[in-house]
Amino acid sequence: MLLEVKGLTTVFHMKEGAVRAVQNASFQAGKGEVLAIVGESGSGKSVTSLSIMGLVGEQGTVESGRILYKGEDLLKASKKRMQQLRGNEISMIFQEPMTSLNPVHSIRKQLVEAITTHKNATKQEAEEHALEMLDFVGIPSPKARMGNYPHEMSGGMRQRVMIAMALSCDPQLLIADEPTTALDVTIQAQIMDLLHGLKERLGMGMILITHDLGIVAETADRVAVMYCGRIVEEAPVKELFEEPLHPYTRGLIASIPRLDVSVKRLPVIRGMVPDPTLVPKGCSFSDRCDYCEDKCKRDVPGLASVSPTRKVRCFQRAGILEEKDEKDEKGGAACQN
Amino acid sequence: MRKYITKRLIMLVPVLLGVSIIVFAVMRAFTADPAASILGQHATSAQIAELRNKLGLNDPIYVQYWNYFKGMIRGDLGTSLFTQTKVTDELLGRFPATAELAISAIIFASIFGVLVGVISAVKKNTALDYAGMFGALIGVSIPIFWLGIMLIILFGVILGWLPVSGRLDILMTPPKITGFLLIDTLITGNIDMFFDALAHLVLPTVALGMYSTAIIARMTRSSVLETLQQDYIRTAWAKGLAEKAVVIRHALRNALIPVATVIGLQLGSLLGGAVLTETVFAWPGIGKYTVDAITKSDYPVVQGAVLLVAFIFVTVNLVVDVLYAFLDPRIKYS
Amino acid sequence: MSDSIKKSSPAADAWHVLKQSKSAMLGLIIIVFLFLLALGGKLILPHDPYIGSMAENFQPPSAAHWMGTDELGRDILSRIIDGTRISLRVGIVSVLAALVVGTALGATAAYYGKRVDMIIMRFMDMMLAIPDILLAIAIMAALGPGIDKAIIAISFVTIPQYARIVRGCVLSVKESDYIAAARLVGNKDWRIIARHILPNVASAIIVRSTLGISSAILDAAALGFLGLGVQPPYAEWGTMLGSGRLYIFNAPYIVVFPGLAITITVLAFNLFGDGLRDALDPKGKIR
Repeated sequence: MLLEVKGLTTVFHMKEGAVRAVQNASFQAGKGEVLAIVGESGSGKSVTSLSIMGLVGEQGTVESGRILYKGEDLLKASKKRMQQLRGNEISMIFQEPMTSLNPVHSIRKQLVEAITTHKNATKQEAEEHALEMLDFVGIPSPKARMGNYPHEMSGGMRQRVMIAMALSCDPQLLIADEPTTALDVTIQAQIMDLLHGLKERLGMGMILITHDLGIVAETADRVAVMYCGRIVEEAPVKELFEEPLHPYTRGLIASIPRLDVSVKRLPVIRGMVPDPTLVPKGCSFSDRCDYCEDKCKRDVPGLASVSPTRKVRCFQRAGILEEKDEKDEKGGAACQN
Repeated sequence: MRKYITKRLIMLVPVLLGVSIIVFAVMRAFTADPAASILGQHATSAQIAELRNKLGLNDPIYVQYWNYFKGMIRGDLGTSLFTQTKVTDELLGRFPATAELAISAIIFASIFGVLVGVISAVKKNTALDYAGMFGALIGVSIPIFWLGIMLIILFGVILGWLPVSGRLDILMTPPKITGFLLIDTLITGNIDMFFDALAHLVLPTVALGMYSTAIIARMTRSSVLETLQQDYIRTAWAKGLAEKAVVIRHALRNALIPVATVIGLQLGSLLGGAVLTETVFAWPGIGKYTVDAITKSDYPVVQGAVLLVAFIFVTVNLVVDVLYAFLDPRIKYS
Repeated sequence: MSDSIKKSSPAADAWHVLKQSKSAMLGLIIIVFLFLLALGGKLILPHDPYIGSMAENFQPPSAAHWMGTDELGRDILSRIIDGTRISLRVGIVSVLAALVVGTALGATAAYYGKRVDMIIMRFMDMMLAIPDILLAIAIMAALGPGIDKAIIAISFVTIPQYARIVRGCVLSVKESDYIAAARLVGNKDWRIIARHILPNVASAIIVRSTLGISSAILDAAALGFLGLGVQPPYAEWGTMLGSGRLYIFNAPYIVVFPGLAITITVLAFNLFGDGLRDALDPKGKIR
């Protein structure tokens, strides 16, 4: 297995107290596979990716768990070893193309640096490779672009540069954290096509962090849904969309506008994502859940396998499957206890 | 770029004009009768009246200013009341001494200020950071002249390591080319004299530069800390760069952009501080000349000196603004 | 539930943050101590600060004279205690004067804008083109020495700092809705400035003034040192340094203690001012 994350817990120490941004998360990503981690902002999906990179920052610490990259625990790896891996075998692209490139260095300098840091190349060779990479990610007249500074490029172009930089050392694993969120819709599609095509051609594993279920449906092989720092459901993409198990997933999918079904109003999940310091004691979703029972408020459900390919974190999962049709008629039953 | 510089140079004119009016007004509005102070206590009122007439002090103030202004644009800042020498010549003759001291101090302050600031930022909330920032706090709190005196006592009197007064050993005759002793002695290949001049420069440089060092260190620290939070720093880490490369190649260049402004502004306060430092170290520059002139109410000298310093100050700020464009490619002046 | 929600004023919030800062509290303790010395120092003076005996001059620190005696045999400790009054007075009065004038100019410039703003701020820019201490020296050269004149000179040269801060703050609150509302209900201009705008710029002014006191004390000491400020025999710390400078080779303690007194006083105001800035202005808008 390319990457195996087991029981990852990352804590942020804030003035208001410790916040468990990621709690006991386990998942894996194989070679040539796209794993999407889906969730709203604050669900812990970005922190999960930064934990893998070892870049959670000074306020955050990985409290427990293991992150096995080709069997090697990255949490135990030395600073030096992590530097060898980052940008070389494991690469990352970020949400903010506008601010993720250094404003005072030219594109050439930033690309060449990414290459020469890991590969034994002369400046000449690195520049040639950088040029190839720019061409590869579809930047027109790459030669002229090399001398540009980030502020001279559009957001979409900058994200292409980021991708070129991330891929310049042929990584085995690419983590893309909301790679299209900050871009215009048309550019979003182009970037996603690019990433999808690259994955196929390069055969690398990819972790796609997003809140956009549309992108997930198009791109991912498997999906992990996160809510309040916990993975609440994991499934192959087709099965997830056909039959979401967790009430939260159901809510998310139900709120996607569809062309084939006409409704007056899109259903929404009631309530709001709780403040990270005020997460309910039992199941984090209990206060917003239509199927909430006493037990849900008391205990945290475990992530249980319901089929060889699927896992879900919910006490009521079986019930939901049966009740599904009934509930639609009733129009949403509130918490009855 | 050239257009921008021209525009800024044109804008300098009203500023300097205003500064000259302020200085002129301040000196004339409050000054006790200079004629009386030149002639001393035993002068008769007739003598004083005659001298007042000769100096043009009986003219209306705007006529006096107009006469001064006419001279000023020709580079003539008037005549010293006591030595009868041209103020412009006196100031220009002493300017290299002050410039050498101020440049040396700003270099010292920039190097140590940035160094301390970066270390404090990178080692944030460690003993090293606390020590650096406490040192900086002392640096902004200590009077320049007292620091100078303490340095003299410690290194001059107690340890006897360094000379404490003047620019050069009194037995040495400096070559006169640029007026900058370090440069002149090097040009003439006089190595002994070079090191003597350098030794004389050390203590005044430290005394004068300490305040700016502290200001620059504090500014650098907060600027680096802010920069380290930026997205592109995360990108740099994600590339697999070592900490040194992240800090030096990616954080520092960006962090230094606001620091450059502060360094420029510090040069102004250095020129002010030079007055005190030169007095303490008997440094034969504009500052000491000015203080001597003040005690004698030699107002053309004081006026000229303040104008010259203001001129240097605004010019330096212009240069800093232009340097900005080289540090930050996003800035395009037009 | 009701217990957890307490009424809190901005001042109380700031005090709460300030209390957390050890360095700010250290500064405050020193400042309080200095004020006590300035007010009640006369009661504890070990010797007369102005009369000494020539027979006892140049005595190094001893049990009788903790900081030694100066060239006229006066007790240095007594003179330093007496000097506290002078330094605090110069620092505080000159800041208050600059504050009043600077605030008036800055608020006027911002509130009326256009021509008025241009004229006032250009003038301030010109003053800022001259290094503070140099302009103060020029003014002192013109005015002649003395403590009141030192206060005038120092407050005059620092006016632009306050004018700029106040102008900036007023401009930023001027356009807000509640000012428009105040104008709509028919408040007069000056009333709006005093009642609605100034309270909003208070925190910036408080921080700048506290730090301003420290630089005013430094400037006053510099003037005294150059022989332009407070004149002997007054025990102003800078003046003591200026006259003691002649004796550094045989009696260095004459210059050590007054300088230490200046440094500690300035340090205290800087510590407290930095703490205030963190408490009142967490985003760092005030420079």
